[in-house]
Amino acid sequence: MTLSNDYQDIPGTYVFDAKHSRLGYHLNMFCMSLRHAENRDAFKANEISYLEQFTMSQEQRDAVLGRQWNDMLRLGGNIYYTSKLAATDGLTFQDLAAIMTGSSREQYREMMVNGGRPIDGNRSKSEWTRER
Amino acid sequence: MSAKIVGGVATSHVPAIGAAIDQGKTTDDYWTPLFKGFEKSQKWIKDLNPDVAIVVYNDHATAFSLELIPTFALGCAEEFPIADEGWGARPVPRVYGHPDLAWHIAQSLILDEFDLTIANRLEVDHGLTVPLSLLFGQPARWPCPVIPFCVNVVQYPPPTGNRCYNLGKAIQRAVESFDEDLRVVVFGTGGMSHQLQGERAGLINSEFDNRFLDDLVNRPDKARAIPHLEYLREAGSEGIELVMWLIMRGALNKKVHEIHRHYHVPASNTAVGHLILENDFR
Repeated sequence: MTLSNDYQDIPGTYVFDAKHSRLGYHLNMFCMSLRHAENRDAFKANEISYLEQFTMSQEQRDAVLGRQWNDMLRLGGNIYYTSKLAATDGLTFQDLAAIMTGSSREQYREMMVNGGRPIDGNRSKSEWTRER
Repeated sequence: MSAKIVGGVATSHVPAIGAAIDQGKTTDDYWTPLFKGFEKSQKWIKDLNPDVAIVVYNDHATAFSLELIPTFALGCAEEFPIADEGWGARPVPRVYGHPDLAWHIAQSLILDEFDLTIANRLEVDHGLTVPLSLLFGQPARWPCPVIPFCVNVVQYPPPTGNRCYNLGKAIQRAVESFDEDLRVVVFGTGGMSHQLQGERAGLINSEFDNRFLDDLVNRPDKARAIPHLEYLREAGSEGIELVMWLIMRGALNKKVHEIHRHYHVPASNTAVGHLILENDFR
């Protein structure tokens, strides 16, 4: 039996399914370690050497060091884990969302105050390719 | 003598709401409309004065990591420390449990064929503490014991809405078979529409949310049939947390009174929804 993965048609969305979870295990466990203040300090003191404790791919390491947040998601990161790296940088969930959507903090906040990103035009990848 | 469920609360559990409370910003222009909608609820729960609150919530990579992913975990400990989620622990009172009732529920649910995980050591995060703050304000000590009921919604797939609703029914049976006169409130938390991740972050779908509020109250059989794909697509990838509201709804009778409703956009990235329900005994 094959499980349905129709959700792959949703644009700009990385569903944290089994495939992602396996791919991102070590990346996410690195992020998880930042839940503790002493680890946050150690990471900030030397990011590259801190990352050596984790068996991540080079691409994942580069995404972390370059704070490429959408790449982290594509490489198996989960938002509740990557948000711990964001917290280490002093970013809130809203700051992070602004970066991931390519907007400034002000533009993003304005969009949310005005009711958020509308559902129309954002349901299917086909709607995004038509527009862009 | 037996325990009974005297009310249900549904509310979002956005971390920024906790930060606004902790930093004294609740009367700022941005936050005032949100907190206004909880004034009636604070009075309701104060008058109700429940003996125990069962709080259905999800852990956000706090107590559970990818090492262990229980679909359902019940906090049976005497107490639950407040977690540091990366920004430092929230300055809220420690959460005290109700091990007698919690263990009774655990045993009853397992024999009722809901095989959950028993947690004796569990740090609780904003998913549990923000709803407590919204309903109880900022007391020196929470006014009643709290039983954390943790649901996986981080690793896909979470349990189905139908499974959650039936679990709620089993919780109702478990509570009603506990031979002590306890008055219990059940919280269902998370949601409503929101997406925190990726290029589609910031998605809000008020039409979906309001239909969900109506259906949850009056047509729970319709609400529990919503498939995962619909939550993901229509309510955003994190909107799927709404399955947890169905556990609360299942724990109430089929017919309920809607005591209060509140809906506000936005709190940070999220549409905030809130319901107070009571069983209709008439």
